[in-house]
Amino acid sequence: MPSPFIVSPEQIMQEKDELARKGVQMGREVVALQYENGLVFVAENVSATLYKISEIYDRIAFAGVGNYQEYDPLRIVGIEQAEVKGYTYSREDVTARWLANLYSQVIGNVWRQFDMKPLEVELLVAEVGEPNDGFDHRLYRISYSGQVADDRNFSVIGGKSGEIRRWLEEHFRPNLPLDEAIRLAVRALESVRDREAEGPLTAERLEVAVLDVTRGRRKFRRIPREELTERLSTPPAPSE
Amino acid sequence: MKEEWDRLPQHDFLALLREKYTHLDPVRAFQVVAERSERRGPALPHGTTILAVRFDGGVLIGGDRQATTYTEIADRNIEKVFEMDEYSAIAIAGVAGPAIQMAQLLRTQFEYYEKVEGTPLSLEGKANYLAHVLRQNLPAALQGLVVVPIFAGYDPRRRRGRIFKYDVAGGRYEETDYYATGSGGKDARSTLKKRYHAGLSEEEAIRCAVEALLDASDEDVATGGFDWVRGIFPLVKVITQEGARDVPEERLGEIAEGFLNAWRADFAARRNATRSED
Repeated sequence: MPSPFIVSPEQIMQEKDELARKGVQMGREVVALQYENGLVFVAENVSATLYKISEIYDRIAFAGVGNYQEYDPLRIVGIEQAEVKGYTYSREDVTARWLANLYSQVIGNVWRQFDMKPLEVELLVAEVGEPNDGFDHRLYRISYSGQVADDRNFSVIGGKSGEIRRWLEEHFRPNLPLDEAIRLAVRALESVRDREAEGPLTAERLEVAVLDVTRGRRKFRRIPREELTERLSTPPAPSE
Repeated sequence: MKEEWDRLPQHDFLALLREKYTHLDPVRAFQVVAERSERRGPALPHGTTILAVRFDGGVLIGGDRQATTYTEIADRNIEKVFEMDEYSAIAIAGVAGPAIQMAQLLRTQFEYYEKVEGTPLSLEGKANYLAHVLRQNLPAALQGLVVVPIFAGYDPRRRRGRIFKYDVAGGRYEETDYYATGSGGKDARSTLKKRYHAGLSEEEAIRCAVEALLDASDEDVATGGFDWVRGIFPLVKVITQEGARDVPEERLGEIAEGFLNAWRADFAARRNATRSED
């Protein structure tokens, strides 16, 4: 009888961790930050159709980095769960906190399975509050091991998210107009880029969307590239 | 990944019964009854009059205490108004068995949700969930097992009382001021219609409800009124920002006595007037 193949649990977790971390680190970052009308999401993305930032529900958006094949099904299943919950109870019962917990459980379950490859993803689930409700904006990050963290004012996921977060801690200002908020997010993304090798982040390389509280029931809106080019080309305010 | 989702804890208690504890699934149980029962339906006790009144700062919900089978009193002491949680209650008319069971199911569901999710279901969500449950009861309802609820509560998000009425097909309709249903519902509604006014206070709402219940029991033989002999009075709850509480029986009795004394005096005067004319 062949002797069983023995690996210590510690070693397995360590190797899983390394694998997942590498996968996520390859992913370009997504920055989300608060602006005067809600939350704006900015990511580097050369593809105009394979989105990193998407709509989940009335006030909830989703962003994923890492392996697209792995985070896109999570997005779809999140939409399914949100629609079923909203239909069963009411639309106001679908919250980012609930969805973030679901994602945490799914990703964590995969992480703990002995014979499964961990998911190489990092997710962001964000929700804008209702203005008259005393509701704040919510930002939740879910790591490849299923850990949830909540952020205030801004959030970053992806390879160099730590550095960008530190940059934003110094430079973030609340309630910026949309154009300035986008420019701030782009500068945050550029702070970790090798400008000479990779060139500047122009509208063609950016994916931008907002959760805008002034909109109707569905707060999510993608900012098309033409509009983005225009917004980025308006001269920055003198204070910058 | 599909299996991962299936393993997640659910917030839907009814779905849990349907999938895991099928012997407890009320929809299934009543469908079996419905298929076997005769066209007219078995002789089952019916709950009779229930009502709800919205007032400034909250909502009142109540009902009489009698269950009636055809022309027979099945129970003098039945409760038709159930607190669902701090901020909502349900009153139930129709066939008593499934109605009470439905109230229990809802209470369990709302509490289950609150514990699993760590946050209570919105009033809107509770009202909608009840509509789903009723819709699933439709086959049984068509066979005679009709359940007619009123759902009322204080909506902390909108800061006001709200009243929802339902039809057997699961149609959900919000009433802005008042509603009454059950066998004496129309009589109670007539009273509420005449007594209701803008800016109704909690105290006025309680008076309106007592008068409506008295009128319902006066006009409808199936509805029980104030049973002074046995000391059984209708059940009335008020729900405000501070939560739900019962209106004390003594208070209800006082109000009812006031109405009865006034009416007694009035009828005596009428009799005297008729006599003196003769």
